[in-house]
Parts: sequence; structure tokens; C-alpha cells
Amino acid sequence: MLEIRGLRHDYAGRTVLSVPSWDVAKGDASLVLGPSGSGKTTLLNAIAGLATPTAGSIRVAGTEVTGLAPAARDAFRARHVGLVLQTLHLIGVVSVRENLRLAQRLAGSPVDDARIDEVLASLGIAGLGGARAGNISVGEAQRVAIARAVVNRPSLILADEPTSALDDANCAKALALLLDQAAACGATLLVATHDNRIRGRFERRLEL
Amino acid sequence: MRILHLAFAYLASRPLLTALNVAMLALGVATISFLLVVTHQAEERLTRDARSVDLVVGAKGSPLQLILSTVFHADVPTGNIGLEESRPIAANPMVASATPVALGDSFHGHRIVGTDGSFLALYDARLAQGRMFAAEMEAIVGADVARREGLAVGAKLTGAHGLAASGPAHGDHPYQVVGILAPTGTVADRLVITSVESVWHVHAEHAPARPEITALLLRYRTPLAAAMLPRAINATTAMQAASPAYESARLLDLVGVGVETLQWFAIALMASAALSLFVALTSALQERRYDLALLRTLGARPGALAALTLAEGVTLLLAGVILGFALGHGAAHALGWWLAEAASWPVTGLAWAPGEAMLAAAVLAIGALTCLVPAWQAYFSDPASLLARR
Repeated sequence: MLEIRGLRHDYAGRTVLSVPSWDVAKGDASLVLGPSGSGKTTLLNAIAGLATPTAGSIRVAGTEVTGLAPAARDAFRARHVGLVLQTLHLIGVVSVRENLRLAQRLAGSPVDDARIDEVLASLGIAGLGGARAGNISVGEAQRVAIARAVVNRPSLILADEPTSALDDANCAKALALLLDQAAACGATLLVATHDNRIRGRFERRLEL
Repeated sequence: MRILHLAFAYLASRPLLTALNVAMLALGVATISFLLVVTHQAEERLTRDARSVDLVVGAKGSPLQLILSTVFHADVPTGNIGLEESRPIAANPMVASATPVALGDSFHGHRIVGTDGSFLALYDARLAQGRMFAAEMEAIVGADVARREGLAVGAKLTGAHGLAASGPAHGDHPYQVVGILAPTGTVADRLVITSVESVWHVHAEHAPARPEITALLLRYRTPLAAAMLPRAINATTAMQAASPAYESARLLDLVGVGVETLQWFAIALMASAALSLFVALTSALQERRYDLALLRTLGARPGALAALTLAEGVTLLLAGVILGFALGHGAAHALGWWLAEAASWPVTGLAWAPGEAMLAAAVLAIGALTCLVPAWQAYFSDPASLLARR
């Protein structure tokens, strides 16, 4: 599913990320571990096609991401990659449902409210569709961010520090939701974190 | 959710700032639009009312006052001239027609003009009902007078002394309406027209020894007359000759200074609005840079982000321009109502002035340029570095 070969990213004259070789199988859940500044976010951005690495190859579901033109990279990301950002950022001026519809539209899919309802229900926030995204709690935003990442049934879910701002109880819940949703849509899950609390939940890890 | 809907959502999320931006822009557009509409209609009206009168001969005094009172019927006359003194001018071979005008009375604010049959030709006026006045104390009325006063052929009307509505009535000298003019779009619509003899008859008790008229409206037979007649009249008689075209241009120049000052004020207002729009969009862009980065992570193309910013700015612009034109034309229409009450010049907000298309194009072009900078910033924003900074 994911093949990385000879990946290197330089910034301001120094190498900030180096991954000689890494493979992740379809449906696997893997952890990318490392202290702050070790290049975890850069790796996720490179896999998602948001950043262009200095050297190396990244293949996602058989597609060489680094070789895609910018427009094709954006389209590929929209269709195949679900992102859960550390900040859980939502478009606050519209409803939760509109946030999810936006993700569907940008992926080039027709709006599918039934799928949105299904995802919201599976995350325990069925009644939240009409709420303005800027007015919901952090815990609810966490679930909506996960819903947005999985609503298009991506083949790869990338989560950047999804639990670092949560207490132990919420950390466990969020991680369980993420793993369940990834499994439900058969997606490969990569979680980048420096949060040692979740280390034990993953068999496969990449240490940076 | 489409880009335009998202732009609306962003605008709706800060209603006060959105309303202020639209209001600032609308005020500038409204001011210029109002000035364009009113000055255009005033110019058109002046031209139409004076197009068939080449020269006015009247009593000495302000030439502008003479023209305003005898051609546009908007001021008091400079005085009277002797009918006998005016005859040689009317008989001059360079004069194609000479129309006498005798003023002094009014009917509910509408001026009663003593004249002859040639007066109608000056305004391309024709009778819609009835016939031309023939005997003394017969009158025909303009279309506006008939409509506003509910007059029909056969009705009687009593003039009041003076040109204001409040003068003492000549109750013992009623006029009989024998004809009603079709609308002309000129000052003739607002006049009561009768013979010079009728005006003399009403004022017989206070009449001077020799008959007088207020002015003579001349049409030239030859262009050469424009160079010779005014000078000859002003130099050799006790009367003055004034050109409506020249005095109208002078009047517009005088008014034009004020109009131009107001236009510059409105342009300054619009420039501030453009600056305010720029600041609003730039600060909005700054506030929602993470939204833009998020949209990029969801697959939005840089062009879509630029379009989102442009859509927001252009929505504000269009709202400001549309509201501005509505306000400007509404104000012109309100002025028209007020002037209609005063039986003065009609102004309507339902007509466009030629400069308004240019105004709309200029505001939209400058506004769009203002929006391009934030749109350019949105286009080139780097989502990875923005998210990393958060």
C-alpha cells in the first residue's frame, strides 16, 4: 500500500527527514514516532503530496506521489487520503454537515448525505450534523475531524498528533475511534505522534 | 458546498464588517449616481426647453435671470419692455419668428403666460383636446397642469397676482379652459397659456399708458444674426438681449463647480471604501489562513482558494454597487417628488444617466484589482508550512 524508498527532505541546508526504506501493507495501522522536530509532520505532508521531498520515492496504492503534477497530486489526495490534523481544524462558519459535504465535493464525489449520516452515527455524533462547526466542543470536533477524514472511504488515513492534546480517557477513545473507522473502510492508518501513551496500540512503528 | 456558498458563509459570519464595507461603497456610488442622474436630466431639460429660442429680448438686468424667467419659467422677470419698442426687432429681416411673452400671474403656482400662437411651435406642442385660445380670457393648459389641477375643457380657473402661489386672486377675471396640450416633456407642460391681450385685460386697472410685454423670444433666420443682433440690441436700445444657449452653459458651469466638488468627495469616499475592502479581505485572509490550508489538504486547488477570496470581494463590490445605484436613484426620485410638489422641474430616478455605466465599470474594475492582492496571497499560500506553524 505504501512504499517509501530513499526519502530525504532538506530544509535550510540541513536534512530534516530521512527514511531509507519503509513499507506498510494495505489495512495496516502503523505509528510514526519521534520527538518534536524529527520530521513526522514533514513525512505525512510528503505522503499526502502537500510537500515535495528533496529526494526519494513515495508510492501510495501503486501511484508515485512525488511524480504527480500539482493538480494531479491535489486530486489524488482528495480521493485517496484522509487527513486528521493535530489542530482538528474545521471550517467554523458552516455546519458540521457542510464540512463533510465540502470534503465530498473536493474529492469530486457527489454529495452523499446518507454516507455522512452513517459516519456521524458510527462516531456517536448523529445529532451534530446541523450544528455550526465553530460552536461544538473539542471532543466533538475530534470526532468530526475523524468523520471528515473517512467520509470519502480513503485508502490511506494520515493522523498528525491526534491525541497529544487529550487527557488519558479521551486519548484512548479518540484512538479507538480512529482505529475502528480505518478498519471499517479498510484503510491503511498512519499515526504520527510523540505521545508515548499510544505506543502499545500499534505493532508496526517507524522511529524518526 | 460550493465556493460561492462558502464565500457567503464567511461574509455572513461577520455581518457588521460586511455591512460597513457595503455601506461605505454604496454611499460613494450613490452620491455620484445621484449627481449624474440629476445633472444629466437638468442639462437635458435646459437644452430641450431652450432649443427653439435663439435670443431673448427683455428689460435690462441680469441676463441669466431674464432667461430663467422667460424660457425656463423659474425666476422673476427683470422687468417689462414696451410693445412698440419691440416691434422693430420682431420685424428685423434676420429674425424668423418673434414670440411675445407677458408674465405676471400664476394659477396654483403654474405660470400664466400671455403669448400668441407661435409659442406652441417653440416647444413642439400640440393640442390633445379642445382648441387654441381665440378670444380674451380663453386659455389652454399644459398636460401637467391639467392632470394636477383636474382641469378639463370648459373648466374655469382664476389667476393670482405674482408668480408665487400665495398672491392675491384676480377673482373677477376667470379664464376659461378651451384646450389642453399633449405632454411635451418641456416647461410648456406646466404652463397656462393665453393671449397677451388677456394678461393686459386682467391688469387693465394698473396698466401703463403704453402696452408692455415681458420679453420677446426670437428665432434667427440666419446664423449671421447670432453675431449681429445681440450686440445691436444691447448697444442701441434700452433693452437687453440674452442667449439661452450661452446663459444655460453659464448656469451649468456655475452649478458644475458644486457638482464637481461633490463628485470629488464621492470619489474620495469610494477610494476609502476600496481601501477598507482591501483591509477587510486581507485581514479576513489572515484570520482564516488555516481554513485555506485545510481546504488545500482536502484537495482544493490554489485557484479555488483565490476564487473564494475573489468571490467574497466581488460579492461585497456588487452589493455596494447595486445598493449605491438603488440609493442614488431613490434619492433622485425622492427629489423628483419634492420638486413635483413645488411644481418645479421634474426629476426621475427611473432613468439612467450616460455616465453610470462607466461608473459601475470603474468601481467594479478598481474593486476587483483591490481583491486581486489577497486572492494572489491565497493562491500562493503554502498549506504545509501554515499547518506546521500552528
